[in-house]
Amino acid sequence: MIELVNVNKSFADKQVLFDINAKFEPGIPNLIIGASGGGKSVLLKCMVGLFKPESGSINYDGRDFVHLPYEQVREVRREIGMLFQGTALFDSLTVEENVDFPLKMFGKMTPEERKDRINFCLSRVGLENANKKYPAEISGGMKKRVGIARAIALETRYLFCDEPNSGLDPITSRRIDELLHDITNEFKITTVINSHDMKTVYDIGESITFIYQGKIWWQGHRNELDATRAHNPELNAFIAASQF
Amino acid sequence: MNKLFFELGRYILFVRSMFFKPERFKVFFERTIHEMNNIGVGSIGIVTIISVFVGAVTTLQTAYQLVSPLIPMKVIGTIVSDSSLLEFAPTITCLVLAGKVGANIASEVGNMRVTEQIDALEVMGINSSGFLGLPKIIAGVIMIPCLIIVANFLMISGGILAARLTDLMSPNEFIQGARETFKMFTVTVSMTKSLVFAFIITSMSTYEGYFTEGGALEVGEAGTRAVTRSCVLILFADFIIAKLML
Ligand SMILES: Nc1ncnc2c1ncn2[C@@H]1O[C@H](COP(=O)(O)OP(=O)(O)OP(=O)(O)O)[C@@H](O)[C@H]1O
Ligand SMILES: [Mg+2]
Repeated sequence: MIELVNVNKSFADKQVLFDINAKFEPGIPNLIIGASGGGKSVLLKCMVGLFKPESGSINYDGRDFVHLPYEQVREVRREIGMLFQGTALFDSLTVEENVDFPLKMFGKMTPEERKDRINFCLSRVGLENANKKYPAEISGGMKKRVGIARAIALETRYLFCDEPNSGLDPITSRRIDELLHDITNEFKITTVINSHDMKTVYDIGESITFIYQGKIWWQGHRNELDATRAHNPELNAFIAASQF
Repeated sequence: MNKLFFELGRYILFVRSMFFKPERFKVFFERTIHEMNNIGVGSIGIVTIISVFVGAVTTLQTAYQLVSPLIPMKVIGTIVSDSSLLEFAPTITCLVLAGKVGANIASEVGNMRVTEQIDALEVMGINSSGFLGLPKIIAGVIMIPCLIIVANFLMISGGILAARLTDLMSPNEFIQGARETFKMFTVTVSMTKSLVFAFIITSMSTYEGYFTEGGALEVGEAGTRAVTRSCVLILFADFIIAKLML
């Protein structure tokens, strides 16, 4: 479980996140939704430690990530997998080398075991025949899959996805959604997904966090969305704009 | 002025942050070998062309300036070999390498920055500056002095060749001139310069790439900045070393 307590973040003189309090549970997809520029990516980057919040704490199963000494931060990071908005695959490495990368850096496996693990991860995301290709040679949807495979290569406990289906066609988007949902369930990962795709929300979302102008505007279960809309104009506007 | 101090401080902190114990020695070693191949082997062609021509041209121009029957021709050999060792081989070669190697490193690292690959490394818990930069610096500090040794040899060879082809003097005369006043210390200076320049080129261009912000356009700018700043720093260091050692 990940718990955020009073997280504030600003850039120069512009505050982006205001007093964020939120909880993300393991085994279910936790969705963060909100309009562009609302601060979703910044929140995610604070959670994985790419930005340091000015105040507040981020607890990974009781470990306060913001205030731990650097060595222990790295321990936590080894349990974190992240799928970036632009996938961030290493473009000098092939698909299998990308998935191998965290294993090679941190794993304690023999080369054969690594090979098995790579093939397991790649087949888990439905990519069997691209092992030797470079990122520049595969499609956007395939890159996302490789990104997911790399993120789960080590026994990941926390998975972060920044807009996993931006720039994908509707069919591929649904597949990626299902994949994330299944992986989360199967390995009991705490998964946090940024999205502005309402279809994703209704398909796989369970815990929903709606961010509006840097504040947590509403947090609850998907089933409560429709009841909440009626008296939450900002949330209603967001959902209505995507024609739901 | 503020910006200068900001950049200077950030550069020093960046260089310091690179010297961390590598995560996996095997991976680190592989990357260093890879970079040595890129930086060293990949630059032999350009270094050869430059050195031969600089040596040849220096010989011809020195001869042109020394038109006096009182001065023996072999003095040209002395002048050409000394100035090659002391200045031309390390400085000119490194200025060119700053253009080739520096731009290459800055755009590679800059591209990794803007496509979030560096963030990906950090999220995995890897010290990204050390992971990317240290192999490049070590490779540069090993390979660039080797290139300078080759450049030294080729410049003098170019001089001999030019002297021979234009019937200035025989190769023996040239070599005699070069040897008569040869001091081992010149080589020490030459190697010191190349070590320092190698460090400047690799660290400066990694730095410029690492702090790129924006997109493809800024990656290009980082490449340009890496080259100009490395060149200025090289010339500055050249002056300091000359002052301190000679
Ligand atoms: N590195 C940065 N420096 C300064 N300001 C930033 C930085 N990153 C983000 N911001 C600001 O923070 C705000 C929130 O940006 P963020 O990227 O989190 O939006 P988002 O909700 O992820 O939007 P999108 O859905 O388009 O990805 C924006 O106003 C942006 O200008
Ligand atoms: Mg975003």
